[in-house]
Amino acid sequence: MAGVTAATSHRRRSRGGAVHGSWGIAPTALLLLGAIYCLFPVFWVFIAATKSPGELFSTSTLAFGTGFLDNVEQLFAYRDGVFWLWAGNTLLYAGGGALLSTAVSAISGYALAKYRFPGRNVIFNILIGGILVPAVVLAIPQYLLFSKFGLADTYWAVLLPQILHPYSIYLARIYASAAIPDSLLEAGRIDGAGEGRLMARVAMPLMVPGMVTIFLFQFVAIWNNFLLPFIMLGDDGKFPLTVGLYTLLMAGANQPALYNLILTGAFLSIVPLIALFLTMQRYWRTDLSSGAVK
Amino acid sequence: MNQGRRSAWPYLFLTPAVVLFTLFLAVPIGYTFHLAMRRTKVSGLGLGKGARREVFVGFDNFSAALADAELWQGWLRVLGYGALVLVVMLGLALLFALLLDSARVRLARFSRIAIFLPYAVPGVAATLLWGFLYLPSLSPIRSVLDADLLGATTVTYSMANVAVWGGTGFNMLVLYTTLRAIPRDLYEAARLDGASELQIAVRVKIPILTPAIILTTVFSIIATVQVFTEPTTLRPLTNTISSTWSPLMKVYRDAFITGDLYSAAATSIVIAAVSLVLSFGFLRVVRNHAFGEG
Repeated sequence: MAGVTAATSHRRRSRGGAVHGSWGIAPTALLLLGAIYCLFPVFWVFIAATKSPGELFSTSTLAFGTGFLDNVEQLFAYRDGVFWLWAGNTLLYAGGGALLSTAVSAISGYALAKYRFPGRNVIFNILIGGILVPAVVLAIPQYLLFSKFGLADTYWAVLLPQILHPYSIYLARIYASAAIPDSLLEAGRIDGAGEGRLMARVAMPLMVPGMVTIFLFQFVAIWNNFLLPFIMLGDDGKFPLTVGLYTLLMAGANQPALYNLILTGAFLSIVPLIALFLTMQRYWRTDLSSGAVK
Repeated sequence: MNQGRRSAWPYLFLTPAVVLFTLFLAVPIGYTFHLAMRRTKVSGLGLGKGARREVFVGFDNFSAALADAELWQGWLRVLGYGALVLVVMLGLALLFALLLDSARVRLARFSRIAIFLPYAVPGVAATLLWGFLYLPSLSPIRSVLDADLLGATTVTYSMANVAVWGGTGFNMLVLYTTLRAIPRDLYEAARLDGASELQIAVRVKIPILTPAIILTTVFSIIATVQVFTEPTTLRPLTNTISSTWSPLMKVYRDAFITGDLYSAAATSIVIAAVSLVLSFGFLRVVRNHAFGEG
C-alpha cells in the first residue's frame, strides 16, 4: 500500500520538475553505491581465488582465471590438509559454543523474567555488568588460569570462555517476558507440572525464535573471533580458520607464490558464513535489542 | 506453600550462568588486578620455577603504563582511527537505515542484504581482502586512485575503511529494525501536515532513533578502543604498522613476546578504564544535551 502511494506521488512530482525527478532516484542510487562498496571485495576475492599464481599478476584484476580447482587442491594439500582441520575446528568452536551459550542464556533469561525471588536484580545487574568488561582485561588472566590447570592450548580454552554472553542473557530475558504468558505457566502449575518440566516443555518451545537469533549472533561472533584463540592456542592443529588464515598470511606475505593459496583460503573461509547468512536471513532480528532500547 | 516449593528453581536455572561468570569473568578480573600490582623480583628469563619471586609494588605498574610514551602514541593513533571509524561508520549506517525506510527507494531488499553481508566476513578475512586490494601489485584500486594505500599516513585511513566496511551493515540493521517498529501512521500524520521526506527523517525519525544510536555508539567505542585484529592482520603486508600500533597490541606484545605479564595486566586495566570513561563520558554528554529538558 505504502509503496503504491509513494510511487504515484513520485510520478506526479517528477512530472512537476526535473529537480524532484532526480531526488527520486538519488536514495536508490546511494543505497546501490553502498551495496557495491560492500559486495566488491567479496566479489574480487572470488575472482582472485580463480587465478593461478601466474594469472594473479598478469591478467586484469577483474577477469576470471582458470586455476580455481588447482588452488583449492593445493590449499587442501597444504601442510597435510591443515586447512581442513581449521575448518572443522571452527565449526566445533562456533557450533558447540553457540549451542551452549544459547542454552545458558535462554534458561537464565527465563528465570530472570518469570520468577520473583530474593537477589533477582542483584544477579541480573552483576551478570549484565559483564557486557562492559572488555575482552582485553580477561584474555591474559584467562590464559594464565587455563595454563595453571593445564588447559591452555586445548579445545576447552577456546570453547569455555565464550559460553557466557551477558548480552544474550539480556536479550533472552526480554524475549522470555514477551513470549511466555504467565497464565500459561500458572495453568501448567495447576495441572501439576513441576518447574523443571514447565521450563523444558512450555517455556523453551515458546522461546525458540528468540533462541535462533541468539544462536546465530553467537555463532558468527565465535566464528569471527581472533583474539581468544590467538592467545590461547599454540598448536596449529587446534586453530580455527581466523588464526589459521593469519598464520598463512604470516608465512606467505613475502612470497607472492603463496598469494593464491591465501586468497583461496580467505574466500573459502567466508563462503559458509555467507551461505548461513543468506539462508537464515529472516532470523537476524536485532529488533530484540532495539525494542528494548526504546 | 507452592511459592516455597518453587523458590529454589530460579537459582537452579541461574546456576550455569553464575558459575561461568565466576570462573571466566570474576576470577580472571580479580587475577588481573592481582598481577597488575606485582612484579618479578629476580630478573632474567624466569624459566626456572625458583628463579622468579613476585613482590607487591602497588600502583607502580599503572603509573608506568600512564607514563609510557609508546602507549601514548598508540592511544593517539587509535583516537584518530576511532574518530574516523565512529563518524563514518555510524553516519553511513544512519543514512542507509533512513534510505531503506523511506518509501521511495527501489531495490531495498537487495541493498539491505548486500550492506549487511560484510558482517558475515571475519575480521581477519576482511583485513586480508582489503590488504590485498591495497597491495600495489594486485590492486584494482591503485589503477584508479594514485596513492600508496599502505603508506605511513594513509594506513590509518585504509584500516578505518576495513572497520567501516565490516561494521556499517550491523549498525544499519539495528537502526533499521528500530525504524520498522515505529507505527506508520506517525509518518502519515506528518505528511498530511506537509512535511517532506527529509523533514520527516530529521524531525521524526532521528529523534525516535536516538536511544538506538546511543547504544550502537557505545558498543562501537568499546570495540574501537580495543582494536587488535585489523592492525595485526595488516602488519605482514606493510612495514608502516608497528607491533605496538594500538594499546591492545602493546598488551599482547608485553604479555606474550616480552613476557612482562605484570605491565600487560596493568595496561589492560588502563584500556578497560579508558573505554569505560569514554562510554560513560559519551552517555553523560548525550544525556545533558539530548535529554536535558527531562
